[in-house]
Amino acid sequence: MEGLTHVQTVNQDAVVTTDAEQPKGRAIVITSGKGGVGKTTTTANVGAALAARGLSVALVDADVGLRNLDIVLGLESRVRYHLLDVLENKVSLEDALIRDKRSPNMSLLAASQTREKDDVDTEKMRLLVERLRAQFDWVLIDCPAGIEAGFRNAVVGAQSAIIVCTPEVSSVRDSDRVVGLLPRDLEPRLIVNRLRPHLVRRGKMLSVEDVNAILRLPLLGVVADEPEVVVATNRGEPISLDPKSQTGSAYRSIAARLCGEHIPIERPRVSFFARLGTLFGGR
Amino acid sequence: MFELFSRFFRREGSSTTAKERLRLVLLSDHLALAPETVEALKNDLIAVISRYVKIDPHLCDVSFEQQAATVAMHANIPILGLLADRAAAEKATIASETTPANSEHVSAQP
Repeated sequence: MEGLTHVQTVNQDAVVTTDAEQPKGRAIVITSGKGGVGKTTTTANVGAALAARGLSVALVDADVGLRNLDIVLGLESRVRYHLLDVLENKVSLEDALIRDKRSPNMSLLAASQTREKDDVDTEKMRLLVERLRAQFDWVLIDCPAGIEAGFRNAVVGAQSAIIVCTPEVSSVRDSDRVVGLLPRDLEPRLIVNRLRPHLVRRGKMLSVEDVNAILRLPLLGVVADEPEVVVATNRGEPISLDPKSQTGSAYRSIAARLCGEHIPIERPRVSFFARLGTLFGGR
Repeated sequence: MFELFSRFFRREGSSTTAKERLRLVLLSDHLALAPETVEALKNDLIAVISRYVKIDPHLCDVSFEQQAATVAMHANIPILGLLADRAAAEKATIASETTPANSEHVSAQP
C-alpha cells in the first residue's frame, strides 16, 4: 500500500511538469525558399499519411494572402474563418479549424486570402502553434515561398523543419539559403521532390546524391514526379490515401520516419514508358 | 536490354552542367554571405603586401566575381612606392615570387 501511494505522488508531479508546460505535439515547418517545388502538396500528403496512422494532425497554411492548402485538400468550400481571425481573437481556434471528413484525425487552419503576410504578429503565431501542439500530435506548418516576414512567422513556432527541394539548380540554391536562415535547433530534414528517375539515369537530372552532396541533410524521403500527383491534386484528394499508389507509399514512409520508424528510403522506379521516352530524348 | 541500348547512345548529360553551375553559384553565395571572412582576408592581404611595398589600406579593394567557369577574386591594391627599409622587408621571410603589380588577379580555382 505504501509503495502505491508513493508511485501516485510521483505521477502527479509528472503531470504538472509535462502536460501544463510541455504540449504533447510536435510542430514541423515545411519550407523550401523557392516557390512551386511542392511544399503545399507535401504538407497535405504527409499530414494525411500521419492522420491515417491514427495520429491527430493540424495543418496550418501560413501562406497568408495566397491560400492554397485548402484547395489541395479539397476543403476550399468549407473555409469560413482563417488564421488571422484566430490570431486577432475574432473567432475561437475550434471554430476556425476545419475537420477533414475523409481524414477525421486531420484539421486545417486555412490562410487568409485577403490579407498580407506582414499582418501576422510573430509572437501570436508562436503562441498559436503552442496551443495547437497541446491539442494535436502533429502540427504541420506550410511555409510561404521567400525568406521574408511570411517565412519568419511560419518558422517561429516550429521545433523541426522539412526542406522540400526539387533536383534543379535554383531549388537547391534556395534550399541552401533557407537552411542557413533556419534556427539551428530545427534540425532540418530533406525531401527530394519531383524526381524523374529515368532522367537521372540518363544524366539529365541531378540525382538525390547530387542534391544532398550540397545540402548535407538527413534524407527524409524521395518523391517521384508522377502524373498521378497532378490528378490527385486536381481532385483535391491527397495521393497518400491511395493504397495502390507508389507516390502515396513514398509519403506514407515519410510519415513513418517522422514517427521514428527506421525504414530504408525507397527509390522511385523507372517505368517502361519513361525508359522508352528517354531513348529518343535530347540532352 | 534497354540499358545496353541506351548506353550506346549515351553522351554527357546536362546534369553535369547543372552540378558545375550549382557549385559556382553556391561558392559565390557563401562568399557574399560571409562579409567578415572577406574582410579578414582583405586585412591579411594588406598585411602581407605591406611587408614588401608601401600601400594605403584605405585604397585597397577586394571583391569576388562569378565568371563562366570559376569564381575569381579581384584585389585592387594601388602601390604607393617602395619601402624605405628594404632590408627589413627582405628579412620579412616567406620565400615568395610575389611581383609587385598595380593590380593582382588571383583565380580562386578549387
